[in-house]
Amino acid sequence: MKTLFNLVLLAAFALSANAKEIKLLNVSYDPTRELYVEYNAAFAKYWKAKTGDDVTVSQSHGGSGKQAQAVINGLEADVVTLALAYDIDAISQQARLLPADWQKRLPNDSTPYTSTIVFLVRKGNPKNIKDWDDVIRKDVSVVVANPKTSGGARWAYLAAYAYALEKNNHDDTAARSFITKLYKNVPVLDSGARGSTVTFAKNGIGDVLLAWENEAHLALKEFGADKFEIVTPSLSILAEPPVAVVDKNAKRHHTTEVATEYLKYLYSDEGQEIAANNFYRPRNEAIAAKYASNFTQLRLVTLESEFGSWANAQQTHFADGGVFDQIYQPQN
Amino acid sequence: MANERIKARKIRVLPGFKLTLGFTLFYLGLIVLIPLAAVFWKATSLTWPQFWHTITMPTAMASYRLTFGASLLAALVNAFFGLIVAWVLVRYNFFGKKIIDALVDLPFALPTAVAGITLATLYSKNGWIGHWLEPLGIKVANTQIGIFIALTFIGLPFIVRTVQPILEDLDPELEEAASSLGANRWQVFWRVIFPMLTPALLTGFALAFARALGEYGSVIFIAGNIPMKTQITPVIIMGELDMFDYGKATAIAVVMLVFSFVLLLTINVLQWWTNRYNTNNLA
Repeated sequence: MKTLFNLVLLAAFALSANAKEIKLLNVSYDPTRELYVEYNAAFAKYWKAKTGDDVTVSQSHGGSGKQAQAVINGLEADVVTLALAYDIDAISQQARLLPADWQKRLPNDSTPYTSTIVFLVRKGNPKNIKDWDDVIRKDVSVVVANPKTSGGARWAYLAAYAYALEKNNHDDTAARSFITKLYKNVPVLDSGARGSTVTFAKNGIGDVLLAWENEAHLALKEFGADKFEIVTPSLSILAEPPVAVVDKNAKRHHTTEVATEYLKYLYSDEGQEIAANNFYRPRNEAIAAKYASNFTQLRLVTLESEFGSWANAQQTHFADGGVFDQIYQPQN
Repeated sequence: MANERIKARKIRVLPGFKLTLGFTLFYLGLIVLIPLAAVFWKATSLTWPQFWHTITMPTAMASYRLTFGASLLAALVNAFFGLIVAWVLVRYNFFGKKIIDALVDLPFALPTAVAGITLATLYSKNGWIGHWLEPLGIKVANTQIGIFIALTFIGLPFIVRTVQPILEDLDPELEEAASSLGANRWQVFWRVIFPMLTPALLTGFALAFARALGEYGSVIFIAGNIPMKTQITPVIIMGELDMFDYGKATAIAVVMLVFSFVLLLTINVLQWWTNRYNTNNLA
């Protein structure tokens, strides 16, 4: 009996030595659900072929800032794929789970795909919304999330601000008055990008939704192209949602190698195609050319060129008492 | 005298006062005091001027007014209509009474986010109710009225469930006696029934009020969350957390805590006072 038991135990060990079961947790932001469902399946296949190991990637989604907080408070993420670098910086600074120079470890500042902010309007564009100037018209109602709580909304705010700066020869006062007019047109500030999409698409509020490009395409797919259309403004911001291995967690789980490969594979041809298919702009130029019809050309400015850095933008615009708060203060 | 001794013995079903009090303190400490103390402790990471600046930000001040105002109003409305609901459920028998009775508890069980989304959908301009109200110029979704409705929804069971058992125990003979002594219906209610219900009504009111103060899930979907207008205090706290500013978030939380505690204490004292008044009068 005892020998039998030992044999079973041995067999179990042998089996587990043959094909390892690896588990990864990818903590991401709201609109990447569909992207990573597809990508995780592709990566598992790739990894199985390469090493013979089975890898299961679990996904967690939510507002970018909340997800970062969850990781800081101990959510065991092996990798994070968030909406903006500022949120991963916070994980690095507050919990010291990865080094401060994390963004240098992968190509393109650790952003394998980019996105931008576009307009989603109702079919036929009844309010004739063409560019940012139409968004601040008095008769237009705008839906966008709160930039204090949503990564996507922060990009949308900065896109509008960058446009206003460009238009007014980088006059800050004019840009502030532009952004104030814009937010006076906003009847609902949801806390996340998905919430705004629902407010606009399901509850029928607003004439235009300021949305992630991929989220706008997804809304067309989900709710029907006969209900909405996408309008691309003349200028927007190059939104760079970065990815990083959470070193300390991965080390503890002995997943550093597979987690690193998981992120690197995003830059492979297959990874880039999946991103393009899900309406994220691929970094790989050949693949970007192949999927050119998915993306309207427009002028994209970077955060660095217009606002310096995230820390800077955060301090000036979104911190308490910053430009965003002043929009809602009674005017003297 | 003999009667009192029996009473005293009856109370001691549970083992010793010291043991039970010790357990009570330990339990309250573990479940309530330690987390709350942590909030206060975290808030001390701010200097005094920073703390003061944070809790008096215009957006925060506006949110206190809204949160406490809407909660108070919702609890008052619930106290009135909840009493009627409880009255109907206790005093009358009708078809489907059990179902209605069970319905009252639904706001307890329903996830608040579901309640919020449902209300927002109903009251939005193309929702079932909203599309009737919109032409009349009444906007509910994304206004302060929406917040009030959400808070009323979640607060209703507290009043009904606290008042109901008292009403059930109320002897109809008291009313009959009052009537035969010449009191009209209004006098019977106001002088006989209402004073006996007041303590329970106050408890229910306090519970509904406290529940509304802390409500987040249902409100964010129907509030619109515009700073200075429709942003409740818990949303401000969440905003601070999203910007990784734990100190400021807890500072505002401390304000909520202190205010809520003072209000609940006041209501408790009031309740104790009405209770004493009642027993004295009846004795």
